[in-house]
Amino acid sequence: MTGRRHSFPEIPTLLVALLLAGPVLAGLAGTVLPAFGYLPVLGYDRISLEPFRELLAAPGLARSALLSFGTGLVASLLSLAIVLVFAAGWAGTATFQRLSRFLSPLLSVPHAAAAIGLAFLIAPSGFLVRALSPWATGWTRPPDLLILNDPLGLSLTFGLVAKEVPFLFLMTLAALSRPHIRDFYRAGASLGYGRMATFFKIVLPQIYPLIRLPVLAVIAYATSVVDVAVILGPTTPAPLAPRLVGWMSDPDLSRRLTASAGALLQLGVTSAALLVYLILERLALSGLRGRLASGHRHRHDGAARHAGLALMVAVITVMMLSLLLLGLWSMARSWWFPALLPQRWDLMRLADTFTMGAPALWATLALAVTTAGLATALTLWLLDARSHNNRPSGRRLKALVFLPLLLPQIGFLFGLQMLFLLAGMSGSFPAVLLAQLVFVFPYAVLSLSDSWARLDPRYTKAAASIGASRARIFWQVRLPLLLRPVLTTLAVAAAVSVGQYLPTLMIGAGRIVTVTTESVALASGGNRPVAALYALLQLLIPLTGFVLAALIPAVLYRNRAAMRLERG
Amino acid sequence: MTRRFAATLGLLGTLLLPLPGTAQETDPATSQEWQSVLEEARGQTVYFHAWGGEPRINAYIGWAAREVERDFGVRVIHVKVSDTATVVSQVLAEKSVGKASGGAVDLIWINGENFAAMKEQGLLAEQGWAETLPNWRYVDVENKPTVSVDFTVPTDGQESPWGMAKLVFMYDSARLDTPPATLQALLDHAKAHPGRFSYPQPPNFYGTTFLKQVLVSTVEDKAALSRPVDDADFEALTAPLFAYLDDLHGSLWRQGEAFPQNASHMRQLLADGELDIAFSFNPGDAAGAIANGELPPSVRTFVLDGGTIGNTHFVAIPFNSSNKAGAKVFADFLLTPMAQTRKQDPEIWGDPTVLNVAALPANEKALFEALDLGPATLSPEDLGPVLPEPHPSWVAALEDAWLQRYGAE
Amino acid sequence: MQACDARTGLVLENVAIRLGGRLLLQVDCRIDAGSVLTIMGESGSGKSSLLDFIAGFLRPDFQASGRVHLKGRDLTDLPAQERHVGLMFQTPLLFPHMSVLQNLLFAIPPGIRQRSLRRDMAEQALADVGLAGFANRDPATLSGGQQTRVALMRTLLADPHALLLDEPFSSLDRTRRADIRAQVFEAARRKSLPVLLVTHDEEDAEAAGGEVFRLDQA
Repeated sequence: MTGRRHSFPEIPTLLVALLLAGPVLAGLAGTVLPAFGYLPVLGYDRISLEPFRELLAAPGLARSALLSFGTGLVASLLSLAIVLVFAAGWAGTATFQRLSRFLSPLLSVPHAAAAIGLAFLIAPSGFLVRALSPWATGWTRPPDLLILNDPLGLSLTFGLVAKEVPFLFLMTLAALSRPHIRDFYRAGASLGYGRMATFFKIVLPQIYPLIRLPVLAVIAYATSVVDVAVILGPTTPAPLAPRLVGWMSDPDLSRRLTASAGALLQLGVTSAALLVYLILERLALSGLRGRLASGHRHRHDGAARHAGLALMVAVITVMMLSLLLLGLWSMARSWWFPALLPQRWDLMRLADTFTMGAPALWATLALAVTTAGLATALTLWLLDARSHNNRPSGRRLKALVFLPLLLPQIGFLFGLQMLFLLAGMSGSFPAVLLAQLVFVFPYAVLSLSDSWARLDPRYTKAAASIGASRARIFWQVRLPLLLRPVLTTLAVAAAVSVGQYLPTLMIGAGRIVTVTTESVALASGGNRPVAALYALLQLLIPLTGFVLAALIPAVLYRNRAAMRLERG
Repeated sequence: MTRRFAATLGLLGTLLLPLPGTAQETDPATSQEWQSVLEEARGQTVYFHAWGGEPRINAYIGWAAREVERDFGVRVIHVKVSDTATVVSQVLAEKSVGKASGGAVDLIWINGENFAAMKEQGLLAEQGWAETLPNWRYVDVENKPTVSVDFTVPTDGQESPWGMAKLVFMYDSARLDTPPATLQALLDHAKAHPGRFSYPQPPNFYGTTFLKQVLVSTVEDKAALSRPVDDADFEALTAPLFAYLDDLHGSLWRQGEAFPQNASHMRQLLADGELDIAFSFNPGDAAGAIANGELPPSVRTFVLDGGTIGNTHFVAIPFNSSNKAGAKVFADFLLTPMAQTRKQDPEIWGDPTVLNVAALPANEKALFEALDLGPATLSPEDLGPVLPEPHPSWVAALEDAWLQRYGAE
Repeated sequence: MQACDARTGLVLENVAIRLGGRLLLQVDCRIDAGSVLTIMGESGSGKSSLLDFIAGFLRPDFQASGRVHLKGRDLTDLPAQERHVGLMFQTPLLFPHMSVLQNLLFAIPPGIRQRSLRRDMAEQALADVGLAGFANRDPATLSGGQQTRVALMRTLLADPHALLLDEPFSSLDRTRRADIRAQVFEAARRKSLPVLLVTHDEEDAEAAGGEVFRLDQA
């Protein structure tokens, strides 16, 4: 092909590099310099280690760092374990199909909303206790039990698991829809291997490379999470990330330097967690390798299979109940312990919120649609250009694309804010769009590149050999064949865009108001019905996206049998 | 509040508006200077960054915005923030890249430490503007010293008072007959009913205020608190405070291992019966929350003998706002007797006025007297004396010491 | 090798394909318009990469030398779209998102503008292979043999100047195989196309009737 003749990078590659490297580098500079005592606007113009001394002197710092590390890593490992054990035991069964249908929409639940719902479910004055009180427990007032915000971060870990399981599950589901996976199951079974043994010994080694990056992203997220930690996490002391946000917004402006030093520590904590995971991964791999040749069939795996199913059903039930409770709260006027259902309802508020929240909803929609559209288009352009030039996977490009997912957001947003201010763009729609794109684009690549790579290349050959131009191949062959994953990518990207709180707030300078910034502002007041309402508003756009992504291909291809197979 | 009442207020409001020629010659509303501010303000859009966690307050701001748009052609957009300090950050970031005009923030709801920080960093508009507002003449500078001294820091006219805050406590009279009247009684109550009292975790505003309340009530040398903390013997002055807390913590909700996150969270816990007592900075809060369905109708308000901490909250203009005239017009509107009465109505917000009601013209005075505060609200006479805030530097010192002792075990 | 008219045939001039320095195959041959050259070889012998090279799809990890001429044009550096080389694969690869008719319309060159004419051509092509009335069917509902016949017509409707066959009959059952094979060769002869067939099936080679080139002997 013609592209092979020149070796310089394609336009989309350059564009992506500029789009990602620019903000990330500027952001990091804006964090590293203050961490070493350089923030001239506050009168700090000499490099020093003072911020680190201040940081280390903060009471309970080691414990905060350990909490971030521990809860994040344990939650990620647990989520992965639940997903793998469930997939191992049930992939390809009708049960698996049914549960998958529940899990996909759960992905659109914003983290904070899930946490609020979960908190109300498990709190001492929450739904579970109410369901048993006072008839079974004798409690007429909520018991004084330390369930939420426990010092070990158990409820935080639990909340993260409930949220990360759907994400990792969808990634695994996509990997499992590769061609021939079904045949391997048959091959394993015909050799007398149990279902789970077949999965771990034959299937997992093939699909693991596809879920590895999502797992790393989950670890990076879970070790630096802010919103879920504030709602469910310990506070005496809190994990590192929420403390950083606190310092970042301390009226004593010199705390900003401490916060910057802390952001570097956060970077270290996240890297350490990633490193530990990589070591564990290596150990698991060599352990597995040793067992591959052992010949053990593990035919009697019923107990393990049912344990996996039970865990997965538990996660789904908890999430569904949490959502249901959010729905109830959004219509409640008074709902006091031990009433199982609201004592007084208020549907006016629901109507009011939709009228008052309409501008924010439109802004969110505009941002989500443009960001998702741009991210997906850019991803397609990049993939098309790279496969046209036979350069499907560049390691360096990959590293750059996923950098924003692996870096804690608070680590570089302050610097990013400065960059946009310098460019005179702060507070404008395009600025917020660009800032969101930095975080949305990696998810678009993550979601689409595997489906792209898996598309049988002979379709392209067949089209090219009958004279179809590159554009025609793209629009009439590749795009329609990939319609389902492309729409899913759009939905994922839109969901990520809607979830962006800090970038929207800091770059939008308050001029760009989305349901997410509104909902966090309102949640700061702690009014449950209002918080629940806005959490539901936040859910509206991603959910619509996922529903459309499922419906459109089903309707368009209702007469095309081969397109109904999961082409995820 | 009924719609008709609101309409009447609106009508009265328009009558009260400064009309050239009808007022006395000294009326600041008709002065040349103010007329030119009004002229400049017309058509401006003011981005008002204000905490957005309370729907009732948001609704009030929305009403005020509609009023000034109609009467003065000033568009006010309420930017709802979750934490005022992020707005300080915003202005700071703008200053650090040299943005001296066209800033994103035109007006900010502020007081205490955030004001002190902005003032110190030169992030505020010129001194004295607040005292040029026509309605400044009604502000009760004499009896409410905190309208011009914010946490012991002189405002120098760089922020305009909006409302009065005073620490009050709420309890459910269906569960608790007589609320504790002193700190000692509070301690005894907590010990008798372990797990039913707590306070928001510092550095939450309400939590820190509780610390200050105990500090102010237990400290020997009260004058030391009005000076920067560096000049004082922190250890010795706070010893009684921490002795009290040490005694209290064993009986706290969740044994002091977790704390309510903020005042609204406390309100929720009070409604569910997890806690016996919740805090507020607004004597009208209970009434509003009852009307709202957030609290049972049996909830009542109380204060401690000897008074509670009180302060004033303000609006301030950042140095680089390009809509200063519009911001001033809005700040002035917030001070009108009409806007202040409406704000004090417990069903609307319940936030006490900064004006000297006694000195108001008869018509305006009548507005205040017509307010029905309801059974859950304490009348201004029952609210007790106001204890002054310590110097803002005490806040960080108290928070650090608290964190060291209880927040990082 | 026999003489060939370079202005109509397909000429492979000193073509050699290597993978990581290892020589996979070396071919130097001409195929006349209307005749078939069969290349036989075990799997892994590089026969598919030869077709990729001719059609313009060779992966960059392969190294190729030599030139390809078709109808007197040097194809070697042209993009795949401009080579006019029709390609049939082991599986029919009908586009699953299009109907049978849309698959065929996709192939008809854009120079033919009139919609009714395009439609007639596609319908005629279907009738030619005994599939009249299948136009609006979902390709997934066709049998393997029917799909192969549609794929053949799709390839021919694009007006190729040569036909490359990559074991296109291997997925068909024995009874249908001879019939469809005959249809393909007959169509190629009628259009005077040079045909290059790669296969490992002796029967295919025999039916092709042309020269046979064995890779394992090269």
